[in-house]
Amino acid sequence: MRNFLFTSPWRRQPWVFAWLCLLPALTLLGAFTYLPVINSIFSSFFSSTGSGSTLYTGFDNVHYLADDPVFIKALTNNAWYALFTVPTSVILALTMALWVNQKLKGRSFLRLGFFLPTLLPMVAAANVWLFFYEPNIGLLNRFLSVFGINGYNWLGDPDTSLGALMMLTIWKEAGFFMIFYLAALQSLPSDLIEAARLESPSRWYRFRKVVMPLLAPTTLFVLINALINAFKLVDHLFILTKGGPNNASTLLLYYIYETAFSYLDQPYAATQTLFLLAVLALVSALQFALSRNKVHYQ
Amino acid sequence: MLTLRKWLCGTVLSVSACSVNAATELTMYYPVAVGGPLTEVVDGMIEKFEGQHPDISVNAIYAGNYNDARIKALAALKGGEPVQTSVLFSIDMLELKDMGVIRPFDDFVKTPEDKAWLNSFYPALMENGQSEQKTWGVPFQRSTIVMYYNKDAFRAAGLDPEKPPTTWQALRKTAAKLVKKNSAAEVERWGLMIPSTGYPYWMFGALTKQNGERLMSADGTQVNFNSPGTVEALQFWLDLSNKDQVMPKGTIEWGTLRQNFLEQKTAMMWHSTGNLTAVLKNATFDVGVAQLPGNIEQGSPTGGGNFYLFRNGSEQEQQAAFELIKFMTSPEQSAQWSKTTGYVGVSSAAYDTESLIDYTKKVPQALVARDQLEHATAELATYQAGRVRKMLDDAIQSALIGQQPPKAALDSAQAQAERVLRKHRS
Repeated sequence: MRNFLFTSPWRRQPWVFAWLCLLPALTLLGAFTYLPVINSIFSSFFSSTGSGSTLYTGFDNVHYLADDPVFIKALTNNAWYALFTVPTSVILALTMALWVNQKLKGRSFLRLGFFLPTLLPMVAAANVWLFFYEPNIGLLNRFLSVFGINGYNWLGDPDTSLGALMMLTIWKEAGFFMIFYLAALQSLPSDLIEAARLESPSRWYRFRKVVMPLLAPTTLFVLINALINAFKLVDHLFILTKGGPNNASTLLLYYIYETAFSYLDQPYAATQTLFLLAVLALVSALQFALSRNKVHYQ
Repeated sequence: MLTLRKWLCGTVLSVSACSVNAATELTMYYPVAVGGPLTEVVDGMIEKFEGQHPDISVNAIYAGNYNDARIKALAALKGGEPVQTSVLFSIDMLELKDMGVIRPFDDFVKTPEDKAWLNSFYPALMENGQSEQKTWGVPFQRSTIVMYYNKDAFRAAGLDPEKPPTTWQALRKTAAKLVKKNSAAEVERWGLMIPSTGYPYWMFGALTKQNGERLMSADGTQVNFNSPGTVEALQFWLDLSNKDQVMPKGTIEWGTLRQNFLEQKTAMMWHSTGNLTAVLKNATFDVGVAQLPGNIEQGSPTGGGNFYLFRNGSEQEQQAAFELIKFMTSPEQSAQWSKTTGYVGVSSAAYDTESLIDYTKKVPQALVARDQLEHATAELATYQAGRVRKMLDDAIQSALIGQQPPKAALDSAQAQAERVLRKHRS
């Protein structure tokens, strides 16, 4: 076998071997990523007539996108959602990682405690939080009633429903990102850390000038993941608010789901999907570009 | 069990051993919207059917909630997979018909017995299944909204637990008496909760019917979201929290309402009959179940799932699917289904079966939903049903959270729905 793979006929034409190696991944990516994207572009130019047939409508769906108040609401909601959950969960993850990276008693329990939310499926976690936020029997309000604050309807008030979703997301995500930071912290070269300790007595200075730059690749990875998750993780909406009240907490992907599977309007859902894809591609490209001078891999 | 036998037939046993009892093979999808081991009940019913029809083998696939089941059934049809029948949302009928994927039952109903079967269902349960003088869906797992109330709380408040409120005015007064406050004037128990997330349009369908209005025309091409009577119904809903203060402000979560009732945070709640078995089992107090009160008349929309016949498979398979549906909706099976779930028995004959007579003697609350059927109306179902429902849902919620007055919210929903439905009128 070994001889067959690595000897004569392949040797002469290495590109055949290379393509063969790439083939499985390319097949999967092609079938489940690029074909659907092309299909979405194609179907966004049509309109669903309900009777199963489709009608060519050109850019009508794109124009409707700009006029659709629910889509605009979902977009702004999602922007706030990302703006708040991404930095918060990343900073929290780093703080927790720094803390449980020290030598302290019960360290493994702390680590497990921080990581536990990640182990729960989002839908299960959302079901727990549904009762946590409940205005009359919920744990949160029972706790707040000690301070004389009563019966606040967290999920049923348009001013707080999106915030309530954000809290769940941060709680769920921070522990997950902590693991990456923890792994990175443990693999920091100890000679560098020792040298830094000799140079500067200030912990904060050492953290800023030595630890953070060494963690930069991890931070980039975590930031990109957090940002993508802010757009693609909507499982909790199905349980907690269904985007309500009156779309106050709706997010892009949830609205796409509703359009495609509740309104059965696949063409318009395809248009929205393309928009989401473009936004994500742009943001990721920006992140890579901006980080080029800040992130150094060893 | 079913899948195991299928697997054995397909792989392990010889072909001849199985071909005898699998001359016709059916696939059906069904949803389960309320909790409980209902898939076992369905499997049991299917097994009984196969026992009676050895030439038919049924592959019943549990497909999640109503939305999931519809997605899966439509995907199977699109992908050329066999699926001859399914239980789907009764209010999907117009869209399924519009897509041309379902067949009317009239194609199969030929003998006098079949005609008697089709006429045996409660008329209220047929409203969401008929269009253009044809029947496209027959009732299977159907519900209505009923009022659950805490009899102990009634007694404590000096009210007669056997006389739940039957009018809107009585409901207001009763609810006000049931509100319990602590020494700091904070509410410990509310008088009433009507859920406003998940399915606000469903609850609103009850309030509008009680006020003498219907939310849509029978053909599903017109909606009536902003008539004075409809606006008044939404105002009444809003007043319960704002004016009478017997219900919490803001939206009330569908998913946690049952727990609120069980923990006595509200003395009355409006909820699906599908909850009956669970409420009775978990309550630590005396539970009463009553028909919803009325203003001009009484009323509740029906809800739940119907059997559909798909345009898929051979004529022989479709005929077998028709036999299956007849069996599943027969009095004995319907009685069994109603007993284990709380769903309404689909015909009066179901309530004449021995098993349901015995059961309702022990649990008389189970009869309330049936008695209410004579006041029931169709659930909101139009063309582009999902979108139109959402427009009404948003309007209701925006009024309940105080973003817009009821009239303005409903006017806007009406205008949006008009735009969508206009092209479906001929």
